[in-house]
Amino acid sequence: MSSISFDSSLDPILSRRAAIQKIAASSIARRKVYSKVAISVCLLCLVVALIPLVAIITYVAAKGIPAWNADFFTQVTKPEGIPNGGVWNAIVGSLIIDGIAVAASVPFGILGGLFLAESDGPAAAAVRFSADILTGVPSITIGIFGYIVWVKTVGSYSGFAGAFAIAIIMLPVIMRAAETAIRGVPVTLREAGLSLGARRSTVARRVVLPAALPGLLTGVLLAVARGAGETAPLLFTIFGNQFFQANPTKAMEALPQAIYTYSSQPYNDLIQIAWGAALLLMVVILVLNVGSRLMAARLRRERR
Amino acid sequence: MTEPLTTPAHIAQSIGLTTEEVFVGHHAGAAKAMRLENVTVTFGGRAAVRGVTFDAYQREVTALIGPSGSGKTTLLRALNRMHDTVRSAAVTGTVMLGDTDVYGRSTDPTLLRSRVGMVFQRPNPFPTMSIYENAVAGLRFNGVRKKSLLDEAAESSLVAAALWDSVRDRLKVHASTLSGGEQQRLCIARALAVEPEVLLMDEPTSALDPIATKRIEELIGELKDRVTIIIVTHNMQQAMRVSDRCAFLLMGEDRTGELIEFNSTSKLFSEPDDPRTLDYINGRFG
Repeated sequence: MSSISFDSSLDPILSRRAAIQKIAASSIARRKVYSKVAISVCLLCLVVALIPLVAIITYVAAKGIPAWNADFFTQVTKPEGIPNGGVWNAIVGSLIIDGIAVAASVPFGILGGLFLAESDGPAAAAVRFSADILTGVPSITIGIFGYIVWVKTVGSYSGFAGAFAIAIIMLPVIMRAAETAIRGVPVTLREAGLSLGARRSTVARRVVLPAALPGLLTGVLLAVARGAGETAPLLFTIFGNQFFQANPTKAMEALPQAIYTYSSQPYNDLIQIAWGAALLLMVVILVLNVGSRLMAARLRRERR
Repeated sequence: MTEPLTTPAHIAQSIGLTTEEVFVGHHAGAAKAMRLENVTVTFGGRAAVRGVTFDAYQREVTALIGPSGSGKTTLLRALNRMHDTVRSAAVTGTVMLGDTDVYGRSTDPTLLRSRVGMVFQRPNPFPTMSIYENAVAGLRFNGVRKKSLLDEAAESSLVAAALWDSVRDRLKVHASTLSGGEQQRLCIARALAVEPEVLLMDEPTSALDPIATKRIEELIGELKDRVTIIIVTHNMQQAMRVSDRCAFLLMGEDRTGELIEFNSTSKLFSEPDDPRTLDYINGRFG
């Protein structure tokens, strides 16, 4: 019996349900059109954003591939008119300069990021603000800074001076990436460490940093990609060197420097080498970017 | 036809049931709101829960219980196609909502979800919207613009969620000013405002304190006349208190969840058919 009286009390709800379902069903066609339009606009924006990227890659590849041969990778740069020139000196120079820059900026960057992530004080805010400003400083300014602080002081252009300038470029990138990676470590892990009687430094070293490793590696590789492509900081610091030079206390060659130097020469064979070097640099940076993502994804997968 | 109108046969006929169903009560064979047949959910080819078959009845609360990893939440999310948003997820088997095949080719997931609402573990009111806007959000998403219908649904759902009296004077206030328990009741109101036929609740009290939990549990009992409820709960006492029927899931040897037993709650907790159910409710594992 109660069931019957029940039904009538449900009436307003049933009728509202019917009304709502009718409106939902009648508006679904319109909503689907809106949805299609929105997705089309997104796709259009995606295409517009991709056009410059694809255009640059294909253009540089088309121009640069003809320069790639055995000599290009194994010979030093030759003066115009002399065949079989390459960028071996620039490749070695870039490896050494960027290697030193990474070695110098990674410890400061990661420790700085750890400080930013673990401290809420005014000092951290100041450091974070400085890092953000540093990211935005024009790279030519950092080149001049490197020139005054290192080249003028030491008295000569050198690979070390270039590495110094590149490290300054990399530092804020690593620091902010490290901060993000470390902040991503769940608070409960930190608390679990502290609750076992570990000091904060122990927790940071044994729990937090290992857990943040995928993010840290990604940050470092992205910083390398950023630093390896910088030209302006090198122009004022390494001077350029068309001979093979692996001693970082001397003037060196590097890929961005080579591109800059040879692309502004009036000789076709040197311009060709510049295109080849541009393609090489682009490929290295693409590989670093894609590789860092793949590595981070893989590390994350392995840990699950 | 001189029979008095109050015979069971008469009543049964008038509400579309058999006489036996009326006598035994709704447990015996009330209308089925949702039917699951051999439902399997896989992620990247690996089954998380496999071969589940049971029915959820109208005007009842059906509880999904079982230890962690038994696939309760996974199964629940299969019922309103929430797994559609996960690329690697696939659902096989049949889920029926009344006459609608939930995974049917012609079934629109958006329309389906307006008929099968959901309340999540943690209260998740939209932070930028007022209490009122939260309550009618689903209606607006579904294209309802008529002010009178919105107002009516907001009041009705907030009343049903036992929130109306405390918020009627501050409907324009941001939802984030509410307490956790109030926020969860707002989420229930938000789900109810669309007048779904089924309401899925995924451990709706696990983030709440005992008093707020008690209020939600009372609410569940009041709501089942309005909407069919399927609730996932970790808490066996809660399942006993709020549900009419219980589905007990357990993770098998291959780490895939399976339905061990589906029974009326009173039977499942007093004399279950499967010894594993008995072990679980007696706290021997899980």
